[in-house]
Amino acid sequence: MTNVLLIVFSMSLIYLSIANRLMSYVKIIAFQGILLFGVSFIELGEMNPLNLTFILLETVIFKTLAVPLFLNYVINRNAITREAEPYVPNFISLIIVTSIVVSTFLLSNTIEDSQLNKVYFVAALSALFTGLYIIGTRKKILTHVMGFLVIENGVFILSLAVGNEMPLLVNTGILLDLFITVLLLGIFVNKIGDVLGGGDVDQLRNLKD
Amino acid sequence: MTIPYLIGAFAICVSLFFNRNKKMNYTLVAIFIILQWLFTIYEYTHKNIEEYSYFLPDAIGILLLFTISIIAIPAFYHSYVFFSKNEDNPRNRAMYYASMVVLLFALSLAYLSNHIAVTWIFVELTTLSASALIYHRRNVRTLEGTWKYVFVCSISITFVFIGILFLSIAVQQVGQSDLTFTSLIQRANELDPFWLRLAFIFIFTGYTAKIGLVPMYTAGIDAKDKAPSPAGALLSSVLMNVGFIGIFRFYEITAQTKLISWTNNILMISAVLSIFIATVYMIKVKNIKRMFAYSSIEHMGIVMLGIAAGGIGYYAAILHIILHSFVKSSLFFQMGQIYRIYKSKSIYDVGNYFKYNLTGAMVVLLGFISATAMPPSGLFVSEFLIFRSLFEAHYFFVLILVLFLLTIIIWAFGKNIFKLLFSPAVDFDETNLERIKPYESISQFLFLGLVVYLGLNPPQEMVDLINEAVKNLPL
Repeated sequence: MTNVLLIVFSMSLIYLSIANRLMSYVKIIAFQGILLFGVSFIELGEMNPLNLTFILLETVIFKTLAVPLFLNYVINRNAITREAEPYVPNFISLIIVTSIVVSTFLLSNTIEDSQLNKVYFVAALSALFTGLYIIGTRKKILTHVMGFLVIENGVFILSLAVGNEMPLLVNTGILLDLFITVLLLGIFVNKIGDVLGGGDVDQLRNLKD
Repeated sequence: MTIPYLIGAFAICVSLFFNRNKKMNYTLVAIFIILQWLFTIYEYTHKNIEEYSYFLPDAIGILLLFTISIIAIPAFYHSYVFFSKNEDNPRNRAMYYASMVVLLFALSLAYLSNHIAVTWIFVELTTLSASALIYHRRNVRTLEGTWKYVFVCSISITFVFIGILFLSIAVQQVGQSDLTFTSLIQRANELDPFWLRLAFIFIFTGYTAKIGLVPMYTAGIDAKDKAPSPAGALLSSVLMNVGFIGIFRFYEITAQTKLISWTNNILMISAVLSIFIATVYMIKVKNIKRMFAYSSIEHMGIVMLGIAAGGIGYYAAILHIILHSFVKSSLFFQMGQIYRIYKSKSIYDVGNYFKYNLTGAMVVLLGFISATAMPPSGLFVSEFLIFRSLFEAHYFFVLILVLFLLTIIIWAFGKNIFKLLFSPAVDFDETNLERIKPYESISQFLFLGLVVYLGLNPPQEMVDLINEAVKNLPL
């Protein structure tokens, strides 16, 4: 079952590469939150209940509800245009993200490790590189933050893969998640929206040599 | 004493944040400096005694702890000068000092941490406090600098976390769950090379944002440029050291295994690219503060060359990173005075500095000699030893390339510095000129003198500490 969820997660990454509107990004991120909830619910069943509740709450309340709602709020408040405005055509993005998924899949096949579930590895690494790719090719500050959220989801999956034996690490990962997302979204996106309006990275090109 | 120190520093930081009275602020800062020094001396006298199973004051940690405690005093003093010259908004001032205290204690504890995840947490804390310092002036430019810094550092800190996860996979395979550096070094040979390799790549990439190497160096440049000069001095010295210690401690693990030559190659590539990029930008750059920042990139590249070459290079690298902290922080402290006179950081607006601020100009000249590693600067000694280690390790091509690039850097650096010192300033209005008090430069002279002293005649105690710091590395 976790395999199915993780494969759906990888597919959502491919969809992310061709999504055109900011709202689709927000929805995909919310959807990934639900998928992560499912994975952690199934995978971490035997963990101690307090920890488990913490992780589940994080995925449901934070990743699925709070962050997407807040993104939505930021989009409306700063009247950000609805297009994602990629620098490259969607077709090329599609090919690149697909090849990212395929190449992490090939890389995972070289691992000789009986303990590790390779699907986790594939999903996590492809989320990481897709996130980086989105940061690199999209124009808006907000899409950069969304790319970062995708990376965070990848990290979350990876920490689930090692989570059963090391709950401390999973919790640290979640704290990282909460902390950075709050920092990035709460303080800066809002602040940048106040100061600059539209929120294009083009407006942040003054510091250079 | 780490936990009492942490609690004490945190209490000071909270009271700084809520106390906007000027006298109260400076009293609290003074208390923090005393606490910092008590902590440093305590840890020095309790060397190699593990505390709370997460902290271990080992030789390298203690060396860097002394460095930060020494630099902290003038950093606070120059912040005081900065606030007495600029308009004084109590809220921003309280915020500034609170974040500086957080930065200093987070760095101190990151140096001493013996657990890879604990180091990571404190490094994360430095990102937060540094971004508050960068955003101090609260205008569009600082906002841009802060945003870039926070964003790049967040990504890099995530990279470090991924590296830690890969490492923990390797550790679990051998039936362990202990992620302290001491146990990892002991067990390094049992760990699966594949995971260790992945972990090294991610952790190294992550920490390059802090140390200022290719690929993640960019954010640090904007940060050092936009932060007030005393904060910039911390960012370009002690904050870079935390990136170094992150990489160094992990390098100690891989150095026990067969991966050592592979990791050396990675470090070497990153170091040469960093020096190359520093060269390119040093020629091009028109902002003096950014030029100092690029010079830091160059020095970090040289440090990594020393680590990668091995042999005497290990010793020299650690000496270099300590001496560089003093040189670069004194140049950044001086930058505050330059800005007060010319109200500009651009090379086009400055000139004839000797005429307007004699002592400051002396500092710039001596700082230039020190930063370009000309004798009698201590950096000359460490750089010379690093080149010797490159020679001994048969990296001839790298050595020639680096020497060539360094020559260009000295030329570019000198061109701008001499323009600042001797050429007349264009369209400079000499009325309303601010007279800088000579005693504001004392700390810079002391630092530059210290660099000469530590380089040419290092105290035996320090030599022993450095040798102990590299004892885990193969010769």
